[in-house]
Amino acid sequence: MSSAQIEIQLIGIVVAAACALPGVFLVLRGMAMMSDAISHTVLLGIVLGFLVTGDLESPWLIFGAAAMGLITVSLTELLNRTKLVKHDAAIGLVFPALFSIAVILISRFARGVHLDTDAVLLGELAFAPFDRLLLFGTLLPRSLVVMGAIALVNLVFILAFYKELKLATFDAGLAAALGFSPALIHYGLMGLVSITAVGAFDAVGSILVVAFMVAPAAAAYLLTDKLERMLLYAVGLGALGAVGGYWMAHVMDANIAGSMATIIGVLFALCLLFAPQRGLLASAARRTRQRWEFAQTMLTIHLLHHEGTPEAEVENRLDHLHDHLRWEPAFARGVVQRADERGLVRLENGSLHLTDAGRGLATTMLADKR
Amino acid sequence: MTLLELLTSLLTDHTIRTVASGTAILGVVSGVLGSFAVLRKQSLLGDALSHAALPGVAIAYMLTGSKSPAVLMLGAGIAGVLAILVLLNVTSRTRLKEDSVLGIVLSVFFGFGLLLLTFLQRNPDARQAGLNTFLFGQAATLLTRDVQTMAIFGGVALLLVLVFWKEFKLLSFDREFGSSLGLPMRGIDILLTTLLVVAVVIGLQAVGVVLMSAMLVAPGAAARQWTDKLGRMTLLSAFFGALAGVAGALVSSLGSGLSTGPVIVLCISLIVLVSLLFAPNRGLVWNWLRQWRNRNRLRTEAVLENIYLMSSQHADPTHPHAVTALEAVSGAGNVRRSLEELQRRGLAVPHSDKKWSLTAEGVRSAQARLQPTKDTDHE
Repeated sequence: MSSAQIEIQLIGIVVAAACALPGVFLVLRGMAMMSDAISHTVLLGIVLGFLVTGDLESPWLIFGAAAMGLITVSLTELLNRTKLVKHDAAIGLVFPALFSIAVILISRFARGVHLDTDAVLLGELAFAPFDRLLLFGTLLPRSLVVMGAIALVNLVFILAFYKELKLATFDAGLAAALGFSPALIHYGLMGLVSITAVGAFDAVGSILVVAFMVAPAAAAYLLTDKLERMLLYAVGLGALGAVGGYWMAHVMDANIAGSMATIIGVLFALCLLFAPQRGLLASAARRTRQRWEFAQTMLTIHLLHHEGTPEAEVENRLDHLHDHLRWEPAFARGVVQRADERGLVRLENGSLHLTDAGRGLATTMLADKR
Repeated sequence: MTLLELLTSLLTDHTIRTVASGTAILGVVSGVLGSFAVLRKQSLLGDALSHAALPGVAIAYMLTGSKSPAVLMLGAGIAGVLAILVLLNVTSRTRLKEDSVLGIVLSVFFGFGLLLLTFLQRNPDARQAGLNTFLFGQAATLLTRDVQTMAIFGGVALLLVLVFWKEFKLLSFDREFGSSLGLPMRGIDILLTTLLVVAVVIGLQAVGVVLMSAMLVAPGAAARQWTDKLGRMTLLSAFFGALAGVAGALVSSLGSGLSTGPVIVLCISLIVLVSLLFAPNRGLVWNWLRQWRNRNRLRTEAVLENIYLMSSQHADPTHPHAVTALEAVSGAGNVRRSLEELQRRGLAVPHSDKKWSLTAEGVRSAQARLQPTKDTDHE
């Protein structure tokens, strides 16, 4: 591996980590699309910052962009509070308008400057190692330094306000009652999202910032119920996506950011299918198991009901289950076989008898019902 | 160029006419389908769908090698429908919230499209991949052929809306009732959302991915302010969409650096702003005015009652009182303006050294207010 390759992967990992941390809270709070809105409108902040300072490298651009992110959030909320439009429509109205202003400003006043709109939307990671910055006596890639600092800010904020964020996310009412300002936490989080979006668009572009923020966090949400673990998993999945994406792009000779987003999507799909408890396969298996278990319980109750009565000879026969419980013969045989294996019933010449275990199950289930 | 010249250029200039008719078609179709999206809280679906179309475009080009708009639109449409299926299934089968799934579909599909497109061109630099058209649209390069394709796709979509009008209305307002009538509401849902995909696909070439979402939200949101009837709202939304489309095409023909897409979005945003502020009944301005009037009336009445109560400490009910004393009793607010209002109504009169007293009429009015009313429907 050349040093440029290592650096690109490092940048990818740092971007993934910086995005995943606030992303977890966005996913939990149901505000994932806010990251899409913010990652577009920061462009207006950058353009305005550039028109004021005349310098694309100025750190003020980051502040301008972050401020524009917060303005987006407050405009959306302002519009939402009028009750004239719904929340999703408010987002959909605010960000395209601000973004359009940015695009027009760039094409009118910032032509020829290195501020292409498509660069902002798409990013270009392959060039990141060429743009270097002198720090502590070594020349480091600018993106690495900027994103490292942003990741650190995110980490410190989340560690410092962990309790508050957790409470405000899972029980906003209690948080407010205990005197934490939900608005402060909300805007703090949105500030993080804005800063992260500004830093990351340079590397991966604003549309793929959304992939890095939302997809790893959503995948982690399918894997665990613990917030600490969700944060760790999200960072891990994002980093895995970044490294995997780099190598796929390397092999295919294609765009790195797009490739990273694709791998992150694949990782999400894998979690969606195979997550131990919440995955689609696990829940399908659980549903099937529950169906069989329920049928076995039904069977024991049916048998208990007729046990020792005159009609037991007729009712408690395998071939009668079709008439009585409306079970297909194959299904009935399956249920009886499984119940037999579990030691709930015995099958003798087509007639069914409860074992002690089966009788016990039926009585407890009936007792539960009462 | 005067406004008149601009408008005549619509008739005389072939390019402007083509572009304007293209954006007008886009405005009508997205206005009609966007109304439903806004009502069904699916405003961000258009955003996700337009991004998700990219891999469809790339694969359609990969398979056919053709760049004709119909082929690329078909690819985009298939990708959009696929995105909807992913969205519906993941949202209903996991605990993930809809907006998370929207964000994932939007960004991952787009990333995958970007990967394919750059792979096809053997050029990892996304900036040169011709993505500009897809991202921002190129309304200025619309040809008569493109407009015809748009018109055919859009016409079919509108026709289907007309045919399934009642079903779509039911879906938007009372889905459960529809199910209880035995209508296949899930199928109707998929049909309507597929038509939304058609609207997105039509718009991509004209305004691009990023701004297409605005065209689906804004006309509907604006029209919603003016009426409570679905039919009127849809027509108005189509009109607003077309108006913004034509206005955007004309304005952007004025100068360089004014790309059509963003200008159209700004036009429709302006329409939304005006609607939010000035639409009758729902408009914010009328609301503010109402609140201001109510507050004024309540304050004036409070001042009237206060003078009366203070005067009742004296033998003479028309005993004058200092404004400062009234201000102290009435609390914050412009007491003087309320007094002037009372004077206009002949209920109070000013005296020298900033004192005011009630007139006989004022005393009667205050007594009437303070007496416990017998009939509750009084005023």
